[in-house]
Amino acid sequence: MHCPKCRGVMRTYTRSGVHIEQCDSCRGIFLDYGELEALSQMESQYRAAPPAAAPGWGTPAPAVHHHHHGGHHHRPHHGSVFHMLFST
Amino acid sequence: MRVHTETAPSGLFARLAEIGRGPAGAANPSAAPEVLYDRHGVLVVRVGDVAVKAHQPDREYGVPFLGRIRLAEALPHLLVGPLGPPVDVDGRTVTVSPYGEPVDPREELPWEEGARLLAALHSTPVPADAPSWGRPTRVARLVSRLGDGPAEDVVRRAFATLPAWIRGEAPEPPGHAHLIHGDWHLGQMVRLPGAPDGNRRWRLIDIEDLGTGVPAWDLARPAALFSAGVLSPEEWGRFLGAYTRAGGPAVPAGGDPWAALEVPARTLAIQIAATCVISAGRDDRPLDGAEQAVVDACARIAAAGTPA
Repeated sequence: MHCPKCRGVMRTYTRSGVHIEQCDSCRGIFLDYGELEALSQMESQYRAAPPAAAPGWGTPAPAVHHHHHGGHHHRPHHGSVFHMLFST
Repeated sequence: MRVHTETAPSGLFARLAEIGRGPAGAANPSAAPEVLYDRHGVLVVRVGDVAVKAHQPDREYGVPFLGRIRLAEALPHLLVGPLGPPVDVDGRTVTVSPYGEPVDPREELPWEEGARLLAALHSTPVPADAPSWGRPTRVARLVSRLGDGPAEDVVRRAFATLPAWIRGEAPEPPGHAHLIHGDWHLGQMVRLPGAPDGNRRWRLIDIEDLGTGVPAWDLARPAALFSAGVLSPEEWGRFLGAYTRAGGPAVPAGGDPWAALEVPARTLAIQIAATCVISAGRDDRPLDGAEQAVVDACARIAAAGTPA
């Protein structure tokens, strides 16, 4: 298939089950019938996703390195972390 | 009761030890006094089975404090409070409480036990004469003490995003429906002795802030430390999971906990960052990894601006 705009070669990609044709030359995108609606539906599902497990300013992963010894072994909290957890 | 003594700090220790030993050493004749806590103007001395505390000097210990002592007396399954009204030692408010074993930071931390105690306290019917917790006051006080510097500026910018009533610039919103501890962290838990079955008899201590308030504030410190990446998701999950399973009312059942926790967690992140920056400045040292993580959280708070 050739690009209707620049006659370049269209390549097919699949994103979350939606087939997208993209032109190798001008990067233009061609959507089949119903594919725009499928993308819109996915977008609304993303917006209605379960609430994030932290506030917007939260960091998704621990910024402070924790040693993992496996299982349920307790990692002692030292120094400043001790004060943050144990004092006002 | 008024106790006459010298004013030197070592004199205060001696006076607390004397009070702990009781009249003529009757209560704990052979016990050696031991300092349990000596920070932020608070001195706690253990003598045998009692802990004698000289409270923070710059606070009000009037009628509301007596109400808090009565409240703790009425909830012995949740709280360990003073054994009687406070005494005056050279202008310092001093109380005597039963000694309880504090949390050992080297052991598995009692996140679930703390969560269950808080859930039970928050679910306790509020007595008509319960004092009010009011509003979080430490954050504004600490931020006002910040000096100059890039980390100080970051914390101040984060503070500016807080609602006006937390910054102390507007009246607090009404609606104090629950009893709350008011300053919960793992240092506010002790285990009482004398449980032959090994049952962990955990209780909450430090009743200075006890009163009616919004219960999400009791979850604010671990929520802030989790959000800053200091507390692991596993430990936060243990705490919040145990709290919700115990029916705690601070977070909506089945809903987004951060709807209730975001402002308290943001406030505590700023408060902890201010404490760290002040402490590092006083010791003339750089921030360590965890302290920097909390200041970095303030940078993200400032960048996010005021959601309201």
